[in-house]
Amino acid sequence: MSDTITRLIQLAGKRFKVDPAGLRPEDDFFEKLRIDSIQALELLSDLEQEFDVEIPDYELQGVKSFSALAAKIDQRR
Amino acid sequence: MLDLSRLPSLGEALRDPMIGYKSNVALIESDRERENGRWTYRELRAEAERVGARLQAGGFAAGDRCAILMANQSKWIFSGLGAIWAGAILVPLDYKLTPAEQAALLAHARPRVLITEWPAWRLLAREPQVPQSGISVWVTEAPADADLGRAERWEGPAGRVFRPVPRARGDLACIVYSSGTGGTPKGCMLTHDNYLEQAQSLGQMYPLAEEDRYFSILPTNHAIDFMCGFLVPLLFGAAIVHQRTLRAQYLAWTMKRYGISHMGVVPLLLKTLETRIREKLDALPDWQRKIVDGMIQTNAMATAKEPNHALSRSLLGSIHDPMGGKLRYLFAGGAFVDRTCAEFFYRIGFPVAIGYGLTEAGTVLTVNDLKPFRGDTVGRPLPGVTLELRNRNAAGVGEVWVKGRTVMKGYLDAPELTAEAIVDGWLRTGDLGELDASGHLKLVGRTKNMIVTEGGKNIYPEDIETAFDGLPEAQESCVFAANYVWPTGKMTDEQLIVVLRPKGDGAVAEATLVELRERNRRLADFKRVSGYVPWPREFPRTASLKLKRLVLARELAALDRHGAVKPL
Repeated sequence: MSDTITRLIQLAGKRFKVDPAGLRPEDDFFEKLRIDSIQALELLSDLEQEFDVEIPDYELQGVKSFSALAAKIDQRR
Repeated sequence: MLDLSRLPSLGEALRDPMIGYKSNVALIESDRERENGRWTYRELRAEAERVGARLQAGGFAAGDRCAILMANQSKWIFSGLGAIWAGAILVPLDYKLTPAEQAALLAHARPRVLITEWPAWRLLAREPQVPQSGISVWVTEAPADADLGRAERWEGPAGRVFRPVPRARGDLACIVYSSGTGGTPKGCMLTHDNYLEQAQSLGQMYPLAEEDRYFSILPTNHAIDFMCGFLVPLLFGAAIVHQRTLRAQYLAWTMKRYGISHMGVVPLLLKTLETRIREKLDALPDWQRKIVDGMIQTNAMATAKEPNHALSRSLLGSIHDPMGGKLRYLFAGGAFVDRTCAEFFYRIGFPVAIGYGLTEAGTVLTVNDLKPFRGDTVGRPLPGVTLELRNRNAAGVGEVWVKGRTVMKGYLDAPELTAEAIVDGWLRTGDLGELDASGHLKLVGRTKNMIVTEGGKNIYPEDIETAFDGLPEAQESCVFAANYVWPTGKMTDEQLIVVLRPKGDGAVAEATLVELRERNRRLADFKRVSGYVPWPREFPRTASLKLKRLVLARELAALDRHGAVKPL
């Protein structure tokens, strides 16, 4: 598992109070974290701080898995 | 007072303010805490005419279709206005759909021009269903090194001359898709008359002042924002504010920075705002909280008959000022608004005007006038709207039928769907309601097989059941809105279920469920089914093998919901 995915899962688990041990890279984060689209945007804000990148809202379009989200972060680092 | 009665078209109605309010700020666009730009009415007119001139230079003529696929931003307004003035039929597309869904709607609408933005086009361009010829594509904000394929840059050179094209009230102004991304697309054909009538009645009920600022955060392609966040503010010389992100902290920043006075919201957003305000209140020390609670109580009593913005702000400055202190109205619609949430906002001095409408009838059919505020109804019919409840039961609940000048001409290229929806000039809404003694409408359910999410999306089971075709060890499947089969009398927490007929006579196989869960996961979160019903018999079908959905729904309704629906 890449460093980005590991940190992303840790952060997401912490914010939405879900045990990171139960989260896998291919999981659908909307489903596993039980979040809606507005909460997903909050997660993006956390990720921006963690990885020091700017991720526009549109990068969430069509993205559901932790691994796809991590790829978006890596593209911008 | 707004008077659009003598104007022949939307284009004409939108040209007058460009002259009358030429020095007013018309548009502000911000990206987080950076302001991308602001435009006066004079500058907005120049930008829109540049779009119009370019369309005309390419041979665009009256009645040609122009699709717009963009998130809310200034270029949406420049493009929409320019196209309207060039005589276009606008086709606003939902930027939140998947690229495949957008491509299907494009193939159905057959626009001559598509105006879109780079993040959308880079995904859409790969879709095979996007028409390859007969359509020009303009893309905004593409990086310098981007490969646009056959598309052109929106920022390209303009035509030299622009000539506004006259349109008449009966001409089509827009084709707006209300659903049908999987089944037959429902492209609502709305005329200039439909829009002018709607703007007239809404504008009289909720007039804006020139110094007002409308925060356009619901998608502009959606009927609510197209009317309230595009047309109406411009008709009054007010300003439209766009924020390129929808993150809560920047929404609050934008409201404060620009002194937002009006905004449209869907229930999901209203709840998010409520949570943030409640968190702040809960963080107050006890003594301070007691003072604020007292002020809230005083405000609720003082505004029981009608809103009083100045009073509410003076009593509750600690809540109002972080949001700019100028917020006068929140317009809520698009889905069922929770009464307690609306009441919370009213108590703290932010009146929520709850309305009800369908894309098929412009924007709004009924809305609360706030005299006094009511959180339990969707208000009274707007002037010009006749509303009847048909097939009423003993409790007075019936299907809402409406008539008026905002009702669409019909669905594009779908006469059968049109004939089902419009009967003798009456639009059948498919919603169940009751009217109280004061003429306020309360919605209690649906006669149609669909759900509406808290985010305001209409989901039709027919549109998603193809996702479950050919499941292993299953013979057939069918999706229903649970509330349609087993009416609860409420319109919250709506769920979809799938009915599964296994192969053979046994139970549903594990292989079926594994695949079902997997395919369900791949759907957008708001389209997922929450449970399944094992069905041992053949589905009822017509002679041409079409599913008899109503018959199956009745057979299901005879079962106990909790016993019948298995969790996934």
